[in-house]
Amino acid sequence: MKIVLHIWRQKNANAPGRMVRYEVPNVNTHMSFLEMLDVLNEDLIEKGEEPVAFDHDCREGICGMCGFMINGEAHGPLPGTTVCQLHMRHFQNGDELYLEPWRARAFPVVKDLAVDRCAFDRIIVAGGYVSVNTGSAPDGNAIPVAKEAAERSMDAAACIGCGACVAACPNASASLFVGAKISHLGLLPQGQPERYRRALNMAARMKQEAFGSCTNIGACEAVCPKSIKLEVIARMNRDFLVGSWTDRGEAERGEAAA
Amino acid sequence: MKLDARIPSGPIEQRWEKCRFEMKLVNPANKRKYSIIVVGTGLAGGSASASLAELGYNVKTYCFQDSPRRAHSIAAQGGINAAKNYQNDGDSIYRLFYDTVKGGDFRARESNVHRLAEISVNIIDQCVAQGVPFAREYGGVLANRSFGGAQVSRTFYARGQTGQQLLLGAYQAMMRQVAAGRVQLFPRHEMLDLIVVDGRARGIVTRDLITGKVESHLADAVVLATGGYGNAFYLATYAKGANATAIWRAYKHGAGFGNPCFTQIHPTCIPVSGEYQSKLTLMSESLRNDGRIWVPKEKRDKRPPSQIPEQERDYYLERRYPAFGNLVPRDIASRAAKAVCDEGRGVGETGLGVYLDFADAIQRLGRQGVAERYGNLFDMYQLITGEDPYRVPMRIYPASHYTMGGLWVDYRLMSTIQGLFVIGEANFSDHGANRLGASALMQGLADGYFVLPYTMGDYLANEKLDKIDPKHSACREAEENVNGVTKKLLSIQGRRTVDSFHRELGNLLWEYCGMARNAQGLKMALERIPALREEYWQNVRVPGENEEFNQSLEKAGRVADFLELAELMCLDALDRNESCGGHFREEYQTPEGEALRDDENYCHVSVWEYQGAERKPALHKEPLQFEYVLPTQRSYK
Repeated sequence: MKIVLHIWRQKNANAPGRMVRYEVPNVNTHMSFLEMLDVLNEDLIEKGEEPVAFDHDCREGICGMCGFMINGEAHGPLPGTTVCQLHMRHFQNGDELYLEPWRARAFPVVKDLAVDRCAFDRIIVAGGYVSVNTGSAPDGNAIPVAKEAAERSMDAAACIGCGACVAACPNASASLFVGAKISHLGLLPQGQPERYRRALNMAARMKQEAFGSCTNIGACEAVCPKSIKLEVIARMNRDFLVGSWTDRGEAERGEAAA
Repeated sequence: MKLDARIPSGPIEQRWEKCRFEMKLVNPANKRKYSIIVVGTGLAGGSASASLAELGYNVKTYCFQDSPRRAHSIAAQGGINAAKNYQNDGDSIYRLFYDTVKGGDFRARESNVHRLAEISVNIIDQCVAQGVPFAREYGGVLANRSFGGAQVSRTFYARGQTGQQLLLGAYQAMMRQVAAGRVQLFPRHEMLDLIVVDGRARGIVTRDLITGKVESHLADAVVLATGGYGNAFYLATYAKGANATAIWRAYKHGAGFGNPCFTQIHPTCIPVSGEYQSKLTLMSESLRNDGRIWVPKEKRDKRPPSQIPEQERDYYLERRYPAFGNLVPRDIASRAAKAVCDEGRGVGETGLGVYLDFADAIQRLGRQGVAERYGNLFDMYQLITGEDPYRVPMRIYPASHYTMGGLWVDYRLMSTIQGLFVIGEANFSDHGANRLGASALMQGLADGYFVLPYTMGDYLANEKLDKIDPKHSACREAEENVNGVTKKLLSIQGRRTVDSFHRELGNLLWEYCGMARNAQGLKMALERIPALREEYWQNVRVPGENEEFNQSLEKAGRVADFLELAELMCLDALDRNESCGGHFREEYQTPEGEALRDDENYCHVSVWEYQGAERKPALHKEPLQFEYVLPTQRSYK
């Protein structure tokens, strides 16, 4: 089948960008979306044109490196899927698709469809961990963890940090990402000692990174390739509120990491 | 090249303790005066960065991805082994040691493997404390499963995402040290050369992948945690960016390369669907716990599987290996699949596939029961193939998945270059000729959390390292070398893309140095690879320029290195006139078609030393002694 692509081309963060039209004939339905772009790029290189830059690595939907908008939807039309796991059998011959990078002030464009998501790493630096040095752990079974808590923690821990939630959000909020980490650690006994301090610090950092606020629209949940639930945002808000009321000033509110 | 493995003496269970006591310590106040470079942020690199920084060293950590959390350890599905014996089923450190030595077909160092088994229990504790959400029983204790042919349940897991969760644990521990100011991160930086001063590794040259800037970074020691080289096959279960460049450039500076021909071909991957295929996806081998593998008895039987009656199916693993059945180790399962496909009994459009059938399991456990165990894997399969594995058997075929070979290291994880440490899949050390399931995560974390932090201290405490200046001639030379290669690649402007060369190289390797090898094929490959390399340097087309985000240029450098490494893999495979583990030489097999080792002549690690471009590398041998697990023919019948 034939697919028509309109792709955002932008040489670097400072250059202006524009949409460019390409045709990809002979698309096989078993191809993944990124394999179709590979075919386009091989063709462009052979013609002496610049190939389209896009981030990707594992191509198994787990590393979180790929992602762009297809017709305004983050990771494309299939729910619960990263763009590397999206196959062309979900499209029709002659489809016109518009590919754009994640749009958010906190994610500046690197080139074409690739963006800089280091802001996510800096939020983790602000408190997305349990403070335990190597070697100081008790036996793995010393602290029982209720199966349900482990399961719900795992649901949140499945986040791959791809940034689709931010791209889909009209406010470019990172709340689903931050809420997922706060829930992952906050649901386990190991995460309790730093639970409220973590929520305060990570939320403060999120704001500093120019992500917007959450207004409970839910677009993030709809596009999340790992089906992270909005519930994690409620949990983040609750921990943040409790932290704000009970904080005695020992929390650094992100300043330490800034 | 002198190979001193520095294995401690004494009873095996006391060697690591003895070594730890004998190693010198660095005074806590002095640790902050040292800086260490870590390249790679997977399980090994992430855990090493975190642990070294916790001790007080200044760590500089590099990865080519946009974030350290992307490293390909994240894709490991199945689990991590540990000799906890929580299930009371007879497991022990000694049994894990025994299984790993035997599974590696007696080509691993006993002392290393025993240390790995000892440390395995600490890893689980550490990961739990970090908040890794391992699977639990209702009572709140950790759940286990049996995995990859083990007869005890010693595998810990977090659904089908164990690698992801362990990696996030290590990543978060490292990010905590970023907050503390002891780890400095350099994402989207690719190491392109090693800086060696007075015979000691003192730094690396990187290219900033966004700006193209080439720069030297200096330190007191360098750690490579850059993973395996299985992408030499082009189609592999590796991430697209995974490459051998760091270890290959170190090899060219004099780091010995151990057992390059020991590559693992994983039996349960989704088969290739067409020419455009860019990578292969692994289906966790836990599927073999309940799935039954078969092909039609008739050659070229094109009927759909549902129309092939039971008596016309060949459950070939159950037939050939009644004791282990579908759970035989990876190398054996892969080879058996190749054998039936070579006979013309393969299934699917290409004939390169075998069925993995869950009909019996669904009957026994119910659809729900199967979904609970493998739901996410079934969904993944359906997503990729468009077929419903609850109704039609899965089709699987082997693919390049892991490399047991890698840079040679001694017991203390140091390569033949002083101050250059190599950890995780990038080194050759613990898996011999075949790695068992759920052991890669264990080794990566053992090296990073619990071995390197001790051995690094001993190295630094014993060395007197002068401060070096970034203007040192070694830095300038290394930078010039990198810039020269880049300029050359960009100036050729030939007619073929980088990928087309990589694909051709992959086909060659797969054909002649894949699951089964023979002298004739290897000699053919050794003629064709240099020819392909020559064409590459005359006819490759790399668009764009250096001073920008240029993914074609990144690939071009990596493929240039694969084109050299592939030759070494074939050379090593040709030299090793025996079959062992993942290295199966067709000339050396038992009458039943099983691998035939030659312990008389090949009970050693083959370590290759670079001798200059277009010159045959020199072969050195580290003899292996087996004092505890005596070599026998592996039998899974």
